Amino acid sequence: MAPSNGLKRVDVIFGAYASTKYLILQKSIRREKQEIIQDIIDSGLRGRGGAGFPTGLKWKFAAAQPGNEKYVICNADEGEPGTFKDREILMKVPQKMISGMAICAYVIGATKAFIYLRGEYQFMVPDLQKELDNFHEQAREMNFDLTIELRMGSGAYVCGEETALIESMEGKRGEPRNKPPFPVVEGFHGKPTVVNNVETFVNANMICRIGVEEFIKLGTQDSRGSKLFSISGDTPKAGVHELELGMKLSDFVAEFGDDDTKAVQVGGAAGFCVPRKKFDTTIIGFEGMPTGGSMMLFNSSRSMYHVLHNYLEFFEEESCGQCTPCRVGCQQLLLGIEAIKKQERPASYLNQLLKLSETMKIASKCGLGQSVANSFSSIVENYVEEMIY
Amino acid sequence: MKKQKINITIDGIKLAVDEQCSILDAAKKVNIHIPTLCHHEDLCVAGNCRICVVEVEGQRALSASCATPVAEGMVIKTNTAKVRKARKDVAALLVAEHNTQCTTCYRSMNCELQEIAAEYNVDNNTYISLVDPNYTIDRSSWSIEKDDSKCIRCQRCVRTCAELQHVNALTVANKGKEMKISTFLDLPLNEVVCTNCGQCINRCPTGALTERRFYDDLWDAIDDPKKHVVMNTAPSVRVALGEMLGFPVGTRVTGKMVTAMKKIGMDSVLDTDFAADLTIIEEGTELLGRLKKILVEGNKEIKLPMLTSCSPGWIKFIEHMYPNHLGHLSTCKSPQQMFGALAKTYYAEKMGIDPADVVSVAIMPCAAKKFEANRPEMNSSGYQDVDAGLTTRELGYMIRQAGVDFLHLEDSDYDSLMGESTGAGAIFGATGGVMEAALRTVYEVVTGREVPFDNLRIMPVRGTDGIKEASIKLENLLDEWKFLEGVEVKVAVAHGLKNARIIMDQVEAGTSPYHFIEVMACPGGCIGGGGQPIPTNEEIRKKRIEAIYAEDEGMPKRKSHENTEVQKLYKEWLGDVNGHKAHELLHTHYTKRNRY
Ligand SMILES: Cc1cc2nc3c(=O)[nH]c(=O)nc-3n(C[C@H](O)[C@H](O)[C@H](O)COP(=O)(O)O)c2cc1C
Ligand code: SF4
Ligand code: SF4
Ligand code: SF4
Ligand code: SF4
Ligand code: FES
Repeated sequence: MAPSNGLKRVDVIFGAYASTKYLILQKSIRREKQEIIQDIIDSGLRGRGGAGFPTGLKWKFAAAQPGNEKYVICNADEGEPGTFKDREILMKVPQKMISGMAICAYVIGATKAFIYLRGEYQFMVPDLQKELDNFHEQAREMNFDLTIELRMGSGAYVCGEETALIESMEGKRGEPRNKPPFPVVEGFHGKPTVVNNVETFVNANMICRIGVEEFIKLGTQDSRGSKLFSISGDTPKAGVHELELGMKLSDFVAEFGDDDTKAVQVGGAAGFCVPRKKFDTTIIGFEGMPTGGSMMLFNSSRSMYHVLHNYLEFFEEESCGQCTPCRVGCQQLLLGIEAIKKQERPASYLNQLLKLSETMKIASKCGLGQSVANSFSSIVENYVEEMIY
Repeated sequence: MKKQKINITIDGIKLAVDEQCSILDAAKKVNIHIPTLCHHEDLCVAGNCRICVVEVEGQRALSASCATPVAEGMVIKTNTAKVRKARKDVAALLVAEHNTQCTTCYRSMNCELQEIAAEYNVDNNTYISLVDPNYTIDRSSWSIEKDDSKCIRCQRCVRTCAELQHVNALTVANKGKEMKISTFLDLPLNEVVCTNCGQCINRCPTGALTERRFYDDLWDAIDDPKKHVVMNTAPSVRVALGEMLGFPVGTRVTGKMVTAMKKIGMDSVLDTDFAADLTIIEEGTELLGRLKKILVEGNKEIKLPMLTSCSPGWIKFIEHMYPNHLGHLSTCKSPQQMFGALAKTYYAEKMGIDPADVVSVAIMPCAAKKFEANRPEMNSSGYQDVDAGLTTRELGYMIRQAGVDFLHLEDSDYDSLMGESTGAGAIFGATGGVMEAALRTVYEVVTGREVPFDNLRIMPVRGTDGIKEASIKLENLLDEWKFLEGVEVKVAVAHGLKNARIIMDQVEAGTSPYHFIEVMACPGGCIGGGGQPIPTNEEIRKKRIEAIYAEDEGMPKRKSHENTEVQKLYKEWLGDVNGHKAHELLHTHYTKRNRY
């Protein structure tokens, strides 16, 4: 059993940051680019958007690309069901995010950056624009050449996937691209592009502020830093909470559960369902169960069939529809569990569906189709009776 | 500098391939077959069907071989349990979504989905059918039939229409389970910018896009003893039809085709090439007329460059996209329509048949010819000039249905009247052919000498480059044409509407340096037409083109003006070239259409 480090609340992301001046950026652009990249690598920071790619490596690849037309994109599409932590950052500390973006632009050599903002967050535009105006003014004073533009998302979940996001920014249909090439090599308009999550940029900025040594005091060996959790469902403490990564799920449930927690969905619809019997053995972090931040608690009044049904309805609509395993697979999974419930197909059909979800995991074109199997198999395998009866 | 080679291993075979080579292409080099559906050689990579997945060592997920470039040291496995299971599952999913009606489907035995489903022996009951029992088929267009219930959403049609044709009549609409191939505002095909070129049909792997079929109507006419059925076959049909009937690509089956049609019961089997020769006479004269009006009379109304008008897909394209430049088009009808107008006048009169009983049918490489035959202005004979335009594919079906043993058929000659043709008519079937035929005649008309090219082969206008250019200096002219002395005639040839757009943007901008431009809607010209046997690719098109030129060189006459039946037509019946009667029957006008 993995050791537990208990549950540690932290307050660095929203922590006090009074200055309207971009002091960390000012400090950073006087440093060697390679040195900053090395700091980010050493910090062990991994992307907060879900996939958890090492941020320092991403920046390093982009910096190593030839040419001087490069882009930085902040992924603020926040479309994962049950995720609402970027929203807090965008509303409370946008300056930390913008500063992180600017540092990234500095190290990779970009002069143009974008914030791709979830359509529903339209209401934030005036405040964000005000902060961007402030940034541009400060940047001018520092003689630092970077323009950051706000772009509105199209409202499709798949547009949070970085290559679909780029397609959508290019005015095309939001369909994920083939990878490779990855955006760091061929991104926006075919140029090297770093796409990072809102929270990732805040963390990068934080590393430049407090230094690697302070940063790695938070979290565990494999999951450095703190993380914002979007906590929802059957909990008396719904909302955004900042916690250190690497905690045991049982510690988490002890704090946030309602004494009747039956299951926790870690990582949203694209994530995994952990049943009560596994709370004790599940670590929340890259060494165990990674999450973009969504933690949804279900108590015993919930039907896991309905939970799964909801997710599948979501996926069959939100799939971009271009690739066979995902477009047809999502529909089949949904129709399949319905048919079993109605006894139109035998219970053994669940096995066929599990195999199908496995095909979707390895043959789908992007992370959306590839991750449907996460919730599907973890719910079906742990709650077989609820599926059949 | 030597190109960087990438070393990889596929199924244990080591090989070195070029950078950027896909796993799929690399596998082909060592004769490893990987199934594909969304992939098409003429189009950019999509990577959406996922049937082509393979295992790459060190990767959790499978890779789409069509969309994954090789990397140094890559170890690929194409035949593992993981791969086979995934492919079979993907095929089963497509079948679940598919309105599988292979017994009655027009594309049966020529369908990529059917082939893969059979290869993997997919069980139709693995998954739940997603077919909407209330599906409808869009039959609004004269040319294109769209049946979404047979669509596998590979987007080959969308890419064809956008990349090769720059038309964008087809788009992807909606997401998730509602995702489908649609049109602007989901309007029926006859109400959108579709040019009817049929290129999407040629690249559709299934029966979702097909041409509207009329061969049953033709059978009815053949079976009706009162009707006199006159067939004419376009130049490019004879070099492609064989592909449907057991011959290798590029086989010329002219004589067999004529025999087969006679056996089927056509009353008269004639040659569209005759009308092609006629077109050259009318169009060449029109070009010289335009030059004269501009150079001698100083007429500012006359438009140059003059654009050819024999490709109905191109005509609809320019009507939609450049409606203010229709004056550049030659007013000549296409050979098909010239033929039809004459069939119900000249031919009927000479043969002593009531034109009302003549059924004139054109066998064409083309889908757009169906629309063209039904254009309201195409009735100068007093009847609908062309009763039906059938594709090469439809003729192939008819020959099969008639039980004709095509492989072993003897050759026969076209009937007369209107059956004679020259090599110049034959080359209409390949891109550059109309231009070459026109130059062979026009040059000789004004100089009294043959075009100064070895064996009449005007090489600069041949080949598959998207846009070709040539120029010929006119010197030592006959007296009547002295006003052209010293003029360097500049011509261009474009095929595929993408290239037509480049040519037309120059015309629109007033920077076009040419006097005369040939445009064909389809890549490769008619040999690559939307009604030709499927599949198509660059290699197939090149072989058909070679066959066309071989046809030309096998003809005793190779210049349109030497066609004695054409000469006789003018002398005995039509009167002057570009004269009154010719204008009535052989020329047309165009319609401005909307961009959307
Ligand atoms: C269907 C789908 C939706 C996604 N939505 C988001 C999103 O809303 N926000 C986000 O930051 N990343 C999202 N991602 C992940 C991005 O593709 C990308 O990995 C991420 O933006 C990279 O940033 P990071 O390394 O900082 O996490 C999504 C991925 C998929 C497959
Ligand atoms: S996996 Fe789903 S969302 Fe991703 S490309 Fe395929 S259909 Fe689109
Ligand atoms: S499109 Fe292909 S698979 Fe579908 S019914 Fe026709 S032949 Fe059969
Ligand atoms: S027929 Fe031609 S123009 Fe019409 S949709 Fe197909 S490719 Fe596009
Ligand atoms: S119509 Fe044909 S080419 Fe177009 S997406 Fe459907 S199956 Fe593919
Ligand atoms: S052929 Fe490769 S994904 Fe379709």
